[in-house]
Amino acid sequence: MSKQKRTMTLTGWLAIMLMMVMSLGFASQAMAQSADPERELTTSVGAATPDTWRQVRSGETGPNFRDSRAESTYNLINASGESWRQIRNRWVSPFGLIAIGGMLGLITLFYLIFGRKELDEPRTGRKLLRWTLLERSLHWTVATLFIVLALTGLNLLFGKFVFRGLLGDAFWGAMISGTKILHNYLGPIFGVLLVILLAKLFWHNIPRKHDLTWFKKGGGLIGKGHADAGFANAGEKGWYWLLATAGIAVIASGLVLDFPNYGQGRDTMQWANVIHAVGALGLTAVALGHIYIGTVGTEGSLEGMATGYVDECWAKEHHNLWYEEVKDKTVSAEEAGRSGLDDEPAPQRTS
Amino acid sequence: MAQMKFMCDAERCIECNGCVTACKNANEVEWGVQRRRVVTLNDGEASEVSISVACMHCDDAPCMAVCPTDCFYKTDDGIVLHDKDLCIGCGYCLYACPFGAPQFLKQSAFGERGKMDKCTFCAGGPADSKEEEYEKYGANRIAEGKLPLCAEMCSTKALLAGDAQTVADIFRQRVVHRGHKDGAWSEVNRQGPDTAAAMDHLAYDATRQG
Ligand code: SF4
Ligand code: SF4
Repeated sequence: MSKQKRTMTLTGWLAIMLMMVMSLGFASQAMAQSADPERELTTSVGAATPDTWRQVRSGETGPNFRDSRAESTYNLINASGESWRQIRNRWVSPFGLIAIGGMLGLITLFYLIFGRKELDEPRTGRKLLRWTLLERSLHWTVATLFIVLALTGLNLLFGKFVFRGLLGDAFWGAMISGTKILHNYLGPIFGVLLVILLAKLFWHNIPRKHDLTWFKKGGGLIGKGHADAGFANAGEKGWYWLLATAGIAVIASGLVLDFPNYGQGRDTMQWANVIHAVGALGLTAVALGHIYIGTVGTEGSLEGMATGYVDECWAKEHHNLWYEEVKDKTVSAEEAGRSGLDDEPAPQRTS
Repeated sequence: MAQMKFMCDAERCIECNGCVTACKNANEVEWGVQRRRVVTLNDGEASEVSISVACMHCDDAPCMAVCPTDCFYKTDDGIVLHDKDLCIGCGYCLYACPFGAPQFLKQSAFGERGKMDKCTFCAGGPADSKEEEYEKYGANRIAEGKLPLCAEMCSTKALLAGDAQTVADIFRQRVVHRGHKDGAWSEVNRQGPDTAAAMDHLAYDATRQG
């Protein structure tokens, strides 16, 4: 039994040895082959083929793409980065500046030529409630936030060309870091409040037929007399709908940029940034017009948003259709002053 | 003045990640940040190719052009560095960078990313003391007359770092000698009577293997 086993073991060993020797022979033959550069030349494949470069340029990754960086979602070359840089630096920045500067110029010119729009008739002293306390609070909060966001946004885009050299690195560092914090934290609050304000004013801003005529008359500038207008004139409605479209786009793209924790990629961020900047610069330019018309440009407008009440005469001239509906609801200046802050009746909802 | 550049020879890179490790070690970068990465295309296929990437210290650097704080600057050696005291972590440099070089410690709500970190070509950054510099940016080997550790440690010398002209010359020589008897590691065969014939042969090789 044990002898037989030994014989088998011996045979087994012999077989294994034989196999090893044979394989060594093969191996050395193979080694001799691979060490021959002439042969290798004809069989080796260059690693980077034209297809590799096409793949890299297109940003394609595919199932067999590996990146040794932890949790990386990147391709090899971020080709759209340069396009984004060119769009932002060559187009958005200069044209934003032109839009805002141009608007300031236009407003100044307009003021110099036409001057302030005074009331045609003397004030009657009777007041009409136009904006409730809630509407006024919302308006002024949104307005303040808008101005802060516009200034900080402009600083993010253009500040480095002005303030870094002017104020020195230490001050500039604090300034730009404060700018970013304000912009990123106030932005979402502005977004929420603007949506509430838009919802609140929706019924006033539904387009009507007479709005077309208003535009044709240039808001009363062309031809004689005032153009017909309800609670909101066509110009105000235009501003409303601009905010309801471009404004929402700016808010949405802003949220994309502000919350990188959801893992959106570089490409998404690039687009969000372009939409955000174009929309915001455009709105800032138009907002300058809104601010002008609402303050220096028109007699009696600012007091409406400040106290809630407008003069009867102002209502008749600027919003004749609305005036017709609410003219029997006038109150005296004293009554208006008293109810300015509390317990006020809601203004009539008309367009 | 030298114009410092990296260059990775994709024909040589074996995806060992030695450069990544060397960088981590030389600069003691924070957890989660990896200044260098190795990308492999077509892993496991015949056309597999690997390449080590970090900041390439661009001539006309996109990061520099878009940074709202203007915190980037170029050293006399053409190295792109940034000032972490000015950086606000807006991420713009990352959107623009072709190589995904800028990295952030976090990606939190309200755009809280912390300070951007990227490869410094082992040239440190702006700081008041050596300790602060090391703490913020990692090693300043350039100041000690040394090249970046990733390239120094590369096992196959796929990753080259140094003056653009020198690096380009080395690579050009390699391309010419590729497939050479001694794999372009030595210059022995460039001397001797059959040099011209050998060179001819190698030039032919170059057209096949680029
Ligand atoms: S961070 Fe990117 S864009 Fe900037 S120099 Fe480095 S590789 Fe170029
Ligand atoms: S993250 Fe920092 S370095 Fe990058 S663009 Fe923004 S401020 Fe500049």
